[in-house]
Amino acid sequence: MSASTAIASRSGGARTWRGVAVLLLRRVLLGLSVLLAAVTLAFFALHVVPGDVVSAILGGPAANPTPEAVAAAIREYGLDRPLIVQYLIYLVGLLHGDLGRSFTQHLPVALILREQVGPTLLLTFWALILAWALALLSVLGTTRRRPWLSRLGATLETVAAAMPPFWLGILLLFSFSFAMPLFPPAGSDRLSTLVLPGLAMAIPLAGFLARVTREALELALEQPFILSARMRGLGDLSVRLRHALRHALLPGIALSAWALGALVGNAVVVEVIFSRKGIGRQLFLAVSTQDIPLAMGIVLVVSACYVLSNLAADVLSLWADPRLRSSRR
Amino acid sequence: MSASLPAVTAATTADVVPPATGFRRSAAFRRPGPGLLLATGFLVFLLLGCVAPSLVTAGGDPFRIAPHEAFRPPGWAHPFGTDQSGRDIFVRIVFGARESLLVGVGATGIAMMVAVTLGLLGGLGGHLAERAVRWLLQVMFSFPVLILALLLSAGLGHGIWPLVLATGLGSSAGYGRLVLSQVLAVRDAPYVEAARALGHSPARIVHRHVLPNAMRPLVVAVMLGVGQAIIWSASLSFLGLGAPPPAAEWGTMLSMGRDFVANAWWLTAFPGAFVVMTVLSTTAIGHALQRHLESRAA
Repeated sequence: MSASTAIASRSGGARTWRGVAVLLLRRVLLGLSVLLAAVTLAFFALHVVPGDVVSAILGGPAANPTPEAVAAAIREYGLDRPLIVQYLIYLVGLLHGDLGRSFTQHLPVALILREQVGPTLLLTFWALILAWALALLSVLGTTRRRPWLSRLGATLETVAAAMPPFWLGILLLFSFSFAMPLFPPAGSDRLSTLVLPGLAMAIPLAGFLARVTREALELALEQPFILSARMRGLGDLSVRLRHALRHALLPGIALSAWALGALVGNAVVVEVIFSRKGIGRQLFLAVSTQDIPLAMGIVLVVSACYVLSNLAADVLSLWADPRLRSSRR
Repeated sequence: MSASLPAVTAATTADVVPPATGFRRSAAFRRPGPGLLLATGFLVFLLLGCVAPSLVTAGGDPFRIAPHEAFRPPGWAHPFGTDQSGRDIFVRIVFGARESLLVGVGATGIAMMVAVTLGLLGGLGGHLAERAVRWLLQVMFSFPVLILALLLSAGLGHGIWPLVLATGLGSSAGYGRLVLSQVLAVRDAPYVEAARALGHSPARIVHRHVLPNAMRPLVVAVMLGVGQAIIWSASLSFLGLGAPPPAAEWGTMLSMGRDFVANAWWLTAFPGAFVVMTVLSTTAIGHALQRHLESRAA
């Protein structure tokens, strides 16, 4: 143990943090390219699908617009240009922060999104937090305890993971809004409206997270360092929390990034069931009414959520697992 | 601190796990627990419902409308009650099993085809191909499945095929990532190197060595995935993207029953329970397979 070792370890530390920076920069660039690809894909897919865009702008198939109105709409939205030109115009607008105007609501898409993204994000994050809380409760409480308790925990988790969120939502709605009026059945204004939709989304996800974390925790608890921690006289809870759980969290963290994407998808049905404000319902409406700019805006938001949550999961993994911080990866 | 002491001793004694020998675990597999038996029984019942639904329901008709029998709660004549048109829910669920299972299996099949293609391409096509496939998988992950489903149903019309395609394509990214990592792991295995040294053709190596070994963990993922595919497609058809209303498809039934949940809970509770039980059964069998395969590997 001399000065040279200390210097070596310090320079190793410096390289480590530069490695982390390079890693994150690469992930950010990759994320941006993924975003661009998703937007491109959505743009052409939405335009290729059969259907009359002009009639969507002018009030749906039931409307009977004059030829002048049709011509005006075509001019206003630039629909007479070739598709590739429209695409480039859209991209240029995007760079300026202009997301276009909604076909059906005749408002700037950015304005609609600003109003609708909040409730969905709130619901999604609330569900994710709730899911982690439920999962940790079950995993820490029942993994490697008495056999019947472990089995009960594992069974409950499997059942939870098998529940369709929308079915759970309907059952919760029936039980706690109609049969026992504890929570409001619809709306998104008060915090109490978050309880049932949040549970509907969180319970299945908690099952998944718990199953993955339980498996990892079982493996971690078999490791020699756990025995050594126990021999040092650490309490059971602190062994589980500080030593075993840290190892067991990694798969769950990686899964959470995927789960956020799945949650946004589930938000669609849950928002429909509980009549909540949010981009899920807007997406459903936008694609069914051929409101291409609005649908594009939501695709952008959803992919950005996915990219950002992956980035966050990377950072969290770096925090939880120092081994990943080396520049060699 | 002192309160947690008994727990520590309990946990440490419980930690004395016998070493994992293949014999012990496979013995456990041969004597399946009650969960596995129930799961198998339920799936056999569903399969029977797919093959000969009228046999299971004693000749019931899922579309027979009987207005005077509307909204009957569960009872002797109708074990799961009747819906708004007096149709028997149990009969409809049994007849709906075929489509629901078909969607689950079909979607997983499509997902696997896409995933294996991408995985082989990325795993064996060199460094650049691997990068490209990884990027493509990210894009697929980030694209909302609902958009895919809505676009497909706009292009192909309503019915179960857009549903199968959308669910399949939507879930293929997850499998793709799994196949890719498997192929990458198997690619450098000694037996593949040996086969290459023996001068076998690349096609033969892929067919005989890479694929069979890379696919083994996928068996479990597929078993678990069928259940998730059923849930996904039920959500999509709940949103009105599946078979149109009179159809006895589980998601469609749930979607219809939602309007009456305040006064007739059985319209939604039972089809949903069947979705849950189907998913549970495939999951249980998947886990049993996993234990079996792991004990063979050990």
